Amino acid sequence: MSVVTLAGKQFEVDEDGFMQDTTQWTPDVATGLAKSEGIEVLTDDHWKVINYLREYYQKFNVAPPIRMVCKQTGFPLKRIYELFSTGPAKGACKLAGLPKPTGCI
Amino acid sequence: MKIPQLHPDAAVGTLPHRAKNDLMVSLGLAPELPPDWRAKALRRFDELLHQRRSLALYMDICVRCGACADKCPFFLGTGDPKNMPVARAELLRKVYRRHFTAAGRASGHLAAGEELTDTVLNEWFTYFYQCSECRRCAEFCPFGVDTAEITMAAREIMASIGLAPKYVTEVLKKAHEVGNNIGIPEAAWIDGCQFLEEELKAQTGQDIKVPVNQAGAEVLLVPPSADLFVNTDTMMGYALMFHAAGISWTTSSYASEAGNFGLFLNYEQLKKINLRIVDAARQLGVKRLVMGECGHAWRAAQAFMDTLNGPLDFLEPPCPEHICELAARLLRAGRLKLNRSANDGLVVTYHDPCNLARGGGLMEEPREILRAVVNDFREMPADTIREKTFCCGAGAGLLTEELMATRMNGVKPRLEAFRTSGATHLATPCAICKAQFPVAFKHYAINAQVVGVMDLLGKALVL
Repeated sequence: MSVVTLAGKQFEVDEDGFMQDTTQWTPDVATGLAKSEGIEVLTDDHWKVINYLREYYQKFNVAPPIRMVCKQTGFPLKRIYELFSTGPAKGACKLAGLPKPTGCI
Repeated sequence: MKIPQLHPDAAVGTLPHRAKNDLMVSLGLAPELPPDWRAKALRRFDELLHQRRSLALYMDICVRCGACADKCPFFLGTGDPKNMPVARAELLRKVYRRHFTAAGRASGHLAAGEELTDTVLNEWFTYFYQCSECRRCAEFCPFGVDTAEITMAAREIMASIGLAPKYVTEVLKKAHEVGNNIGIPEAAWIDGCQFLEEELKAQTGQDIKVPVNQAGAEVLLVPPSADLFVNTDTMMGYALMFHAAGISWTTSSYASEAGNFGLFLNYEQLKKINLRIVDAARQLGVKRLVMGECGHAWRAAQAFMDTLNGPLDFLEPPCPEHICELAARLLRAGRLKLNRSANDGLVVTYHDPCNLARGGGLMEEPREILRAVVNDFREMPADTIREKTFCCGAGAGLLTEELMATRMNGVKPRLEAFRTSGATHLATPCAICKAQFPVAFKHYAINAQVVGVMDLLGKALVL
């Protein structure tokens, strides 16, 4: 467990850089964490994915199925990997402040 | 694969993140190393030696012939001599000799015994988590020593004194609290299944069900939760097959996970996770139990469910049945109409997941299905398939970021074999393999896809 400072505020993150308390998320967190995922500037397409992940998480308390992310954002999986090189379940969830999805994935 | 140059301690720095206290406590495990951890570990070791005569036998009968040494994908991949199965087992055996043999108790070092020190414990946490319990070593042991059982015992001893990986324990906690390893709650499970029904409707124009909690269905299908989260073509493959064969089936939101991470930690957890499935089958009043595309699930269910959680006499045999066994049975009975040209353009090979092939004797049925549903099916070399299959490098709790070096080394022998096949698609019925291979393909710049067996069957079905 370590602490990162983003937009002047401190956040606890796990060993893989995922926020520990998802309720503390603000858009500044995503902007602040973007560099750690090799993203210079978050574009509208990035936000479309991040916002959908948050919306689904708030409803169901888990990240959405990958196929649903593609369907809802209109992006094929290839495009999502272009946006978040480590993929929807890693980079995109990290920036959206979701806990890291784990299991056989 | 060529025997590598020895690189002593090459893999020494790669070990799992430790589970924190709250996680350990939630699983009924010790929160951290107590001051008397050595005595506690030795007590647990003693108990295991008495509970499992196989373990005591495996401690005694190895003659260090070395037949296993170059069979382990993690040794072949890392060159670290402690990853030779015989040497990895020696980490436990030397403590066994010191404390549990007459010669060791009397003379310690003279009997090649060693105390359980901090250093030895650190070696255990490192190397017993660079073993995927794949059992390839056991296949070649002339004495039948199952080195995976040794890894399992070492992990169980460590867990009993408060030392376990974050990844494995976190997943177990979710399985207990939510019903599956990813932590998909009931509402999301139902929503996800409805979403796949819409996808199936769009693809086929037909109403194909992905049922949840349907009491009285003939079959309870227990998939790995990854089939809903990421391997959705596999989940849709199940639905298409049941639809085509006219079999009523259901998933359970209570037992929405086939994968049993208890197998990676201790028997108590293994039993508890299995129990959810048995309880769901009883509660839903199904006639039969079918396990989805998951390697460890098959071992946990086939080898342990009847003995640890049974008798399963309220279910019809074969119980449990694997989805590939059922599909092959339906194919033989002529209950599935196929158009295998739907998979034309694909060159497919089959990767035997360790726990299906070596761990569960399931080797023929997936091949039977693939030959029926694709026109170009090719095998990898004979010494790398069936009982001699090479692990994907991520089984038994290794599928986590911090063990990436172990994973990318452990997958090397499998990839070497895959390259010779000329296949464009690697088909495999295991969620861990399906998660590991795309990462490995990217890492080693291999242009290929990973698919499930049921994905390809689903595509070839004529409805």
